[in-house]
Amino acid sequence: MHKDKANIDYKNPVIQIRGLYKSFGDMKVLRGINMDLYQGENLAVLGRSGTGKSVLIKIISGLLRADKGDVNVLGCNMNTITDRELQDLRVRIGFSFQASALYDSMTVRKNLEFPLVRNKKNLSRKEVDSAVEEVLEAVGLSHTINQMPAELSGGQRKRIGIARTLILNPEIMLYDEPTAGLDPITCIEINDLINEVQQRYNTSSIIITHDLTCAKSTGDRIAMLLEGQFQKVGTFDEVFTNTNDDRVKPFFEYNFIE
Amino acid sequence: MDTTNETTTPVKKNGSSFALKLGNFFREMSRINAFIFRFFKEAFVPPFEAKEVLRQCYETGVRSLTLISLTGFIVGLIFAKQSRPSLASFGAQSWLPSLVSIAIMRALAPLVTALICAGKVGSSIGAELGSMRVTEQIDAMEVSGTKPFKYLVCTRVLATTIVIPILASYMALIAFLGGFVNITTNEGTSYTNYIDNFFEQLKFLDFSSSLIKATIFGFTIGIVGCYQGYFSNKGTEGVGKAANGAVVTAMFLVFVEEIIIVQITGWFR
Repeated sequence: MHKDKANIDYKNPVIQIRGLYKSFGDMKVLRGINMDLYQGENLAVLGRSGTGKSVLIKIISGLLRADKGDVNVLGCNMNTITDRELQDLRVRIGFSFQASALYDSMTVRKNLEFPLVRNKKNLSRKEVDSAVEEVLEAVGLSHTINQMPAELSGGQRKRIGIARTLILNPEIMLYDEPTAGLDPITCIEINDLINEVQQRYNTSSIIITHDLTCAKSTGDRIAMLLEGQFQKVGTFDEVFTNTNDDRVKPFFEYNFIE
Repeated sequence: MDTTNETTTPVKKNGSSFALKLGNFFREMSRINAFIFRFFKEAFVPPFEAKEVLRQCYETGVRSLTLISLTGFIVGLIFAKQSRPSLASFGAQSWLPSLVSIAIMRALAPLVTALICAGKVGSSIGAELGSMRVTEQIDAMEVSGTKPFKYLVCTRVLATTIVIPILASYMALIAFLGGFVNITTNEGTSYTNYIDNFFEQLKFLDFSSSLIKATIFGFTIGIVGCYQGYFSNKGTEGVGKAANGAVVTAMFLVFVEEIIIVQITGWFR
């Protein structure tokens, strides 16, 4: 499924990052990231393992704090945000983890209910059930409602992980390696799901990946994260076609073996 | 800003010099204090996770009953059996029920219960939270706007604090029966006589100090297990370390607390 790029509102950035730095001990991971994510846009962030792609979205979601720089998410400055504001903001951001991070001790139903009943306390049992059924239907896994996470395949776990974030109707989706460890057919299904989610829920998304097929099929723009900075940002063709950059070329060649 | 930077900046434990180790020790202590402070800050403000506290009480209590029953009975039985020769050499076998009661109430019931729970419950809490940490389940709770500390830590610590005194009382009762079986078999003491002698030397202070001790042990086991699991890292290796650390640290602290509480109780006696 290909997404409709006409819905992107380039006048309305939902995430703005300026001069972002992050280090762990002596290791400088992010070294001056500048980025805008617009309403309705999918931005695929590509880069090798350990280049700080996941760190970037953890800073956006408030799981990590930036050493330096401004991070504005849906109008909130992450440097000055209070606990209360952060909690409210997180409800507006969906985070799909690389390993899905489903709660092992809960059924699929309980996994999906968990964020909903804790954030929207005035919902009736019927409304909760209906919300659960709706997101399960959206990811095409209605039949797994009473299963435990251990009984699901890797692709199903990814889908349930995405469904759990969708249940709060997020405005921004952050996908951490959505296709990692999946077979090619399931990867295509997940890519389609990412596009479907964007269109159905009108979200803006950042897709962290090192899978070029995923980046190409889901990203409106691609950002190449190299040496702690976005070295190339643009459409897939702008970044990869006829590039002479020796850091970008091998990435393309190894992903698409001709 | 509520940040989980704490999860990614563990205290370095591989320092070579004494000063570095000392520094790490004090940093670790300050983190533990902050953890305990956070528990008191979050546990008693709404919304309360009453359902989850009850579920954890069930997990902690009901699932430990068999082990506590068996151990309690054996403790009472063996203690009476081993104490008999010493008392017999003074012709004081009739004091055996009193000796058993004092030993059980003042020390054995809370201490043995705490040690069993440190092994069974503490390790289970450490491993469970550790596994949730390394599989990013705790982060997933955090980013979905829920409060993992309140849901995972406060509920477990409250459960161990509530349930372990109850388990210690239950163990005292079972040990009482174990002692009775041994004494009545060997001395032919009647049940009423045994009860009279059993409670003769016990005072209110013995009951209350035993309960307070068990409550403190329960809190310690819960908080140590949660701390080890909540800050676990380094993948599956970290989960094993969290479970092991939960048991070793909790047992050590239980013994230290036992010494301190015995000293304090001694001043009131």
